[in-house]
Amino acid sequence: MMQTLYDKLWNQHVVHTEAAESVSMALIYIDRHLVHEVTSPQAFESLKLAGRKPWRLDSILAVADHNVPTTDRSHGIHDPISRLQVDTLDQNCDELGITEFKMQDLRQGIVHVIGPEQGATLPGMTVVCGDSHTSTHGAFGCLAFGIGTSEVEHVLATQCLLMKKAKAMRISVEGKLGLGVTAKDIALAIIGEIGTAGGTGYAIEFTGSAIRALSMEGRMTLCNMAIEAGARAGMVAVDDTTINYIQGRPFAPKGELWDRAVAYWRTLQSDADAVFDRTVALDAAQIKPQVTWGTSPEMVTTIDGTVPDPSLVTDEVKRHDMQQALNYMGLVANTPIRQITLDKIFIGSCTNSRIEDLRAAAQIVKGKRIASTIKLALVVPGSGLVKKQAEQEGLDRIFLTAGFEWREPGCSMCLAMNDDRLTAGERCASTSNRNFEGRQGPGGRTHLVSPAMAAAAAIAGHFVDVREISE
Amino acid sequence: MEKFHTFTGLVAPLDRANVDTDAIIPKQFLKSIKRSGFGQNLFDEWRYLDHGEPGMDPAQRQPNPEFVLNQPRYLGAQILLARANFGCGSSREHAPWSLQDYGFRVIIAPSFADIFFNNCFKIGLLPIILDAAVLDRLFEAVKSTEGYSLTVDLQKQTVTTPNNEEFNFDSDTFRKHCLLNGLDEIGLTLQQTEIIKQFEQKRRDTQPWLFM
Repeated sequence: MMQTLYDKLWNQHVVHTEAAESVSMALIYIDRHLVHEVTSPQAFESLKLAGRKPWRLDSILAVADHNVPTTDRSHGIHDPISRLQVDTLDQNCDELGITEFKMQDLRQGIVHVIGPEQGATLPGMTVVCGDSHTSTHGAFGCLAFGIGTSEVEHVLATQCLLMKKAKAMRISVEGKLGLGVTAKDIALAIIGEIGTAGGTGYAIEFTGSAIRALSMEGRMTLCNMAIEAGARAGMVAVDDTTINYIQGRPFAPKGELWDRAVAYWRTLQSDADAVFDRTVALDAAQIKPQVTWGTSPEMVTTIDGTVPDPSLVTDEVKRHDMQQALNYMGLVANTPIRQITLDKIFIGSCTNSRIEDLRAAAQIVKGKRIASTIKLALVVPGSGLVKKQAEQEGLDRIFLTAGFEWREPGCSMCLAMNDDRLTAGERCASTSNRNFEGRQGPGGRTHLVSPAMAAAAAIAGHFVDVREISE
Repeated sequence: MEKFHTFTGLVAPLDRANVDTDAIIPKQFLKSIKRSGFGQNLFDEWRYLDHGEPGMDPAQRQPNPEFVLNQPRYLGAQILLARANFGCGSSREHAPWSLQDYGFRVIIAPSFADIFFNNCFKIGLLPIILDAAVLDRLFEAVKSTEGYSLTVDLQKQTVTTPNNEEFNFDSDTFRKHCLLNGLDEIGLTLQQTEIIKQFEQKRRDTQPWLFM
């Protein structure tokens, strides 16, 4: 029987299929458990109250990322509620003996950046975290998905999860991306095509020559946003790009074990005739730089487009939602995207804060200044190691000279749990993943774009077509 | 977890699609390290005119009279009618916690986001999927009839209207069993401890690089 990559990963991890009273659920073994401060305290508390201990300590890697300040950290966190949450993670990890990268550790960063960076994310694994963007790790040919706090506790206590198998979707992107068009644009174009619920109930495998041509960082950006298309897991098959990325990383196998691991990892692809429940195809050459205009990632268009007109939509619920989104965003139908002016720029998040993202943005910014109308332009590297690498390459100087702020690593203004946020009515070009109402601060207006597009918007003060700059 | 019994409850309609978890419970409230107390900040940005921060006394805040749950006729609602893709966005279990803490026991929608749907079962909140056309009718009925209530019977997998019209819904047998009996999933899984250990040992032997 021909198998999809998802079938192979699933079958490798089924401990037991007759869970309790029914055969509808399978007990799935979890290889890697990533933990952050927001979704874990209640799980640790319940675990203790029940007198239980973590099943396998060496499967867990913890880091605080959502609440950490991105400014000077030498005096700790001033917000007492945020501080308590981070302290609680530190205490739980110290008490139980869990490996944690604390706030002052150079390796600290966004959980979905540090897992791969450390080689803690490996092909063939099941990877979970109490965070929906865990889909990011699927870029490595592993089964990675976000879980809630009850499931965090379940994995801590049993190393397993009770799950229903999802359906399999293949999204193939064939051809060559145009200059200035990135993995972020592929992700947004896909969501524009299938909608934010298009992947609900599915695990998505991304295939095709345009995907194989992406770096691991590009693949992570793409898989990161699988959840924005409704799919709990996104994945890309293993190839040389995957293996070259992993080799030599701290948690990756070495020597004879490395050779054995690589031999197995090379089997992690869908069989040629594997059957998918749904297939979607995109032509890479047709994908243009994307900009969202509304309050859901599916409300997206291209840089040469205009804000859509709700009066042309026949479906009543849809028209109403569009009008509501335009009201919230302070936009008028038929406005060209290029005429939308920005107040703030955010380059960062688990979607786009890796070294290649920063290089792409720096290349646009080099030798220029941000527009006088931009109140704040932030670059927040995904980890301490990304930051260090960028500084070695002089990227920090390029950003600072252009008028950007160069910050410490964390989730920052992607969800504004720390002090980095929009105030009501402010408009932001953001490399993050969600443009929901209030996501970047109450009343804030988010436009999702690639790092190069955000950088170009910072210089111009409004959206511009990065392809015209790249030429 | 509390057992899920058949009950009849007041219905409130939330008539918009793609209601995300940021809207259900905004991020500033996720800083809590507790599992309770989120109900007062459910739909915070829609429900209040002033900006909410943790620790604020709800009695001192300005409710938004336009927001559906602030209308007196929906006070005490236990069943929420919603539109497609309810609960999309993050994996925060704080979203189901806040709905439950507010008093909801059932959410009825044409579709739910996967992680949210899954999280609901873990805490005894029942998400029910009905056809969009049925939802259209229920929305109409609840808006036109003050005090409109529905009866939910999980054992029979039915939603019944005051006119005794019955709608069937699907339910996974395992999840249903857990909800009806208030079972602790971790306890159930730990009954398989020996099987998990055997599986783990085999994995350790064949893929030792996963255990470093």
